[in-house]
Amino acid sequence: MVEILFYIFAAVALGGAIGVVFQRNPVGSLLFMVATLASLAGIFVLFEAHFLAAIQIIVYAGAIMVLFLFVIMLLNLGHDYRKDLKMGLGMILAFAVTGGIAGILVRQLGGAGTSAVEQALPGPEAMDQLIQEQGIIGSIARPLFTDYVVAFELTGLLLLVALVGAIAIAKRRV
Amino acid sequence: MELDFTSSADYLWAFLPEIVLSVSAMVVLLVGVFTEDRDPPAAGDPSPLGWVALVGILLAGLANGWLHGVETTGASSMVAMDGFRLFSNWLFLAGAGLTILLSFPYLSRQRLQIGEFYSLLMLATVGMMVMGGTRNLLLLFLAIETMSIAAYVLTAMNRRDRKSAEAGLKYFLLGAFSSAFLLYGIALVWGGTGSANLPEIAAAIQAGAAFSPLLIAGMALLAIGFAFKVAAVPFHMWTPDVYEGAPTPTTAFMAAAVKAASFVAFVRVFMEAFPALYESWYPVIWWLAALTMVIPNLIALSQSNVKRMLAYSSVAHGGYLLVALAAANETAMAGLLFYLLVYTVMNIGALAVVMIVSGHSEERMQVEDYGGFGWSQPLLATIFTIFLLSLAGFPGTGGFMAKIYLLQGAVESSLWTLAITLAVVTVISYYYYLRVAWYMWMRPAPVEGAHTRVWAPLPMRMGLVGSAAVIIYLGIFPSGLMEGARVAVGGFGRAVGGVLLGLGP
Repeated sequence: MVEILFYIFAAVALGGAIGVVFQRNPVGSLLFMVATLASLAGIFVLFEAHFLAAIQIIVYAGAIMVLFLFVIMLLNLGHDYRKDLKMGLGMILAFAVTGGIAGILVRQLGGAGTSAVEQALPGPEAMDQLIQEQGIIGSIARPLFTDYVVAFELTGLLLLVALVGAIAIAKRRV
Repeated sequence: MELDFTSSADYLWAFLPEIVLSVSAMVVLLVGVFTEDRDPPAAGDPSPLGWVALVGILLAGLANGWLHGVETTGASSMVAMDGFRLFSNWLFLAGAGLTILLSFPYLSRQRLQIGEFYSLLMLATVGMMVMGGTRNLLLLFLAIETMSIAAYVLTAMNRRDRKSAEAGLKYFLLGAFSSAFLLYGIALVWGGTGSANLPEIAAAIQAGAAFSPLLIAGMALLAIGFAFKVAAVPFHMWTPDVYEGAPTPTTAFMAAAVKAASFVAFVRVFMEAFPALYESWYPVIWWLAALTMVIPNLIALSQSNVKRMLAYSSVAHGGYLLVALAAANETAMAGLLFYLLVYTVMNIGALAVVMIVSGHSEERMQVEDYGGFGWSQPLLATIFTIFLLSLAGFPGTGGFMAKIYLLQGAVESSLWTLAITLAVVTVISYYYYLRVAWYMWMRPAPVEGAHTRVWAPLPMRMGLVGSAAVIIYLGIFPSGLMEGARVAVGGFGRAVGGVLLGLGP
């Protein structure tokens, strides 16, 4: 059952990603992207990462995509994009590079238990134990506020910079 | 004091300069909102906020000085406590302090939002300091973004100028593009080695992940991302437009400090994480360095706009610095730090004089406008001439000694072609630097009395005289700073040095 669901979600995610690239209307591209992100959330659920799945839906498929949609609709209503899109050599090159990277990824990460990443990660039993002890949210929150506390604080600073910057550009007087 | 990184509180001490500077930036922001907006200073009056910002920089400098005495016993994956970090912190603080000191009259003259300008500049400096001081790729990416986003805004800050908005948008789009390259590179390197910490990546490569295609692809993407950030040819297309369109203090800050920070991060990632792959990345850096030295110097020959000429010159200086990375030995690394410091001082100084000459509405940027400047403003013109000579690399200036150290580093690694290219393009660059000096001293003013009234208040003059003194001092007595830089890079060059043995040109 889980396996069938996984293949369905994976197919939707891949199909959506291809749709984003091939769709010529930006609003259409965006909706394909929502489909991709939502099915990624489905895959997270299959891996029992419920918290990540919820965040994925709320933040990405929800907030950020709606924001994208607003921007596209507000800025470029009635503009025909079709002639802005270039086909030809650039496109072939882009697909060749993407295909190459995909091939490398499949070759490197395809085999079970051999890749560097899998050796560096704790593995399923250790993960289960961690979740048993600290809960799903705890096992994300603890490293976030201990090992990665510097990155967490710096993200706060980054958001401050973006906020101040956006206001400084958009408004003349605060 | 000793730090062992067993508790998170140790990070508080390890990042003290950054924290002090962030808090000062927020203070500047708040003071700006509550004073300047209620009663903005008359156009041309220096704002007291500049002094507040300078005090913040000074406090961060004190914290950085205190950090010199701190000993670390435990290792931390997040923060590097080495001399390289402390030296680069000095570099960024000097760049930010000079930019603030020299932008006093400009900001109120152009009626920019002073509080936001200074606080963004300081927050960008925090990003740079973390870039120089982290051993974790995730943190590095966040730091680069903090610096870049602040720099985009500083570029687009002049709302009355279409060119500034255009420059901001171009910089933002290409900057976001290059950040995507960096991020993808980081992801692939993680995929290839299972870690985002530089020492662990190096260990994984030693242990046999060396020729994994994933790692090589990740390294290539990282190199492209950094090449964008340091504006190496052929990834430099954005530079001239952005540097020309940005408000001049931002140009000075970008061309000096932002570039220095990108170089510091570039060097740290490639020297600490990929020393074992030197033979894979060195040809790429070799070509980047060669192209970046030759092409901008040739284009700069035909520029008549001085600000644009300095933009191309800054790209060319990036090429000289890439030679140091290609050489990757201790002399070259120390030379890189020395060069970055000299370059920061002379470039900010030169652009400050451009700020003065350009006048009220930024209209006087052509080389002809510099006619007669020498005899009506002898002090400023002498200082400008010193900066130009130093940028060109004339004997007796800091710029000359910096180039000598880079050459020495290149020769030690037997990079003869690069060393000869560096020497030749330096001679070519004399033409366009000296042309400005020639106009300044030998040609009459385009309009009678064009330079009798210039806007250079006392703090600005003090900063300029100080910078010129530093350049001359380093040209005559360079060994003190060079020794400091050598100590700072300790360990760095040696790691690659072993790989280098037996490698021909």
